[in-house]
Amino acid sequence: MKCYGETLSSRLILGSAQYPSPAILQQAIRASGTDLVTVSLRRENAHGSGAGFWDLIRETGVRILPNTAGCHSAREAVTTAQMAREVFGTDWIKLEVIGHADTLQPDIFELVEAARILGAEGFKVFPYTTDDLGVGERLLAAGCEVLMPWGAPIGSGRGLMTPDGLRAMRAHFPGVPLVVDAGIGRPSDAAAAMELGMDAVLLNTAVAKAGDPVQMARAMAMAVEAGRLGHLADPMEPRDMAVPSTPVMGLAELDLAEQR
Amino acid sequence: MKILVNSEPHDIDATTLAEALSELGYTGPALATALNGQFVARDQRSIQPLAAGDRIEVLAPMQGG
Repeated sequence: MKCYGETLSSRLILGSAQYPSPAILQQAIRASGTDLVTVSLRRENAHGSGAGFWDLIRETGVRILPNTAGCHSAREAVTTAQMAREVFGTDWIKLEVIGHADTLQPDIFELVEAARILGAEGFKVFPYTTDDLGVGERLLAAGCEVLMPWGAPIGSGRGLMTPDGLRAMRAHFPGVPLVVDAGIGRPSDAAAAMELGMDAVLLNTAVAKAGDPVQMARAMAMAVEAGRLGHLADPMEPRDMAVPSTPVMGLAELDLAEQR
Repeated sequence: MKILVNSEPHDIDATTLAEALSELGYTGPALATALNGQFVARDQRSIQPLAAGDRIEVLAPMQGG
């Protein structure tokens, strides 16, 4: 998959939060095969250890996608993105502007405004958005070259709430990389997203909160790969009625006893 | 001079952002700063004057989704 002219070898983007331990985080990153991991910025303590976490991620050799998680306004998100660019040394930013505390759905008005400002400042914006086509068009007009529609509320693990909405996005934005961000709970959800023609999946809680995060990371990688291949292979259309798969012609007549 | 750093009150002698960070023990290599909601780049901290009541944010890399 290509994003902003850069090639990503894996179609799975992994979050770095909520793992049972730093070691398991590192193992999960490696097991997932991802080459893009999301991180954040949070308040540092005097004599603090934020650099320790940063070293841990850097050891894995992956590319970094900082987020603006927790921001509720364009202004906050822009400042956070500027701070992240300096610390992480990348102009890639996962733009998240939260619109509602219960659903953590994006505030699309502030999102578009922040995308416009950041695009003008040279950021490569990965916007966390809904499956609204009009919003997608405005984000593209603001300079975004990737769209990241939600599958379900962040951290809910409920899978794809509106597959038809994602399908419409795929049809409407044929050349734009689409990443399902948030809501994936199980490998089957990730595979379903990829079968719809999404270009990638971004998930965190589904791996971090699994009983065995490392095994789940590998399962998600396989599901993403399977879903992608399934999409490329052009799946059959569902049918209303059963159709025998074994040939009917040449079927033996063996039920003779009652015909006598 | 009384300022707020990550919402905590401090009384500092420093007159610039860089001096304040040093005085308060923020010496890590991976820090980003904002003053009253505006980003202040690393190379601007030493020429960024502070005023009483300023609100400073000092952020560092953390886990994120």
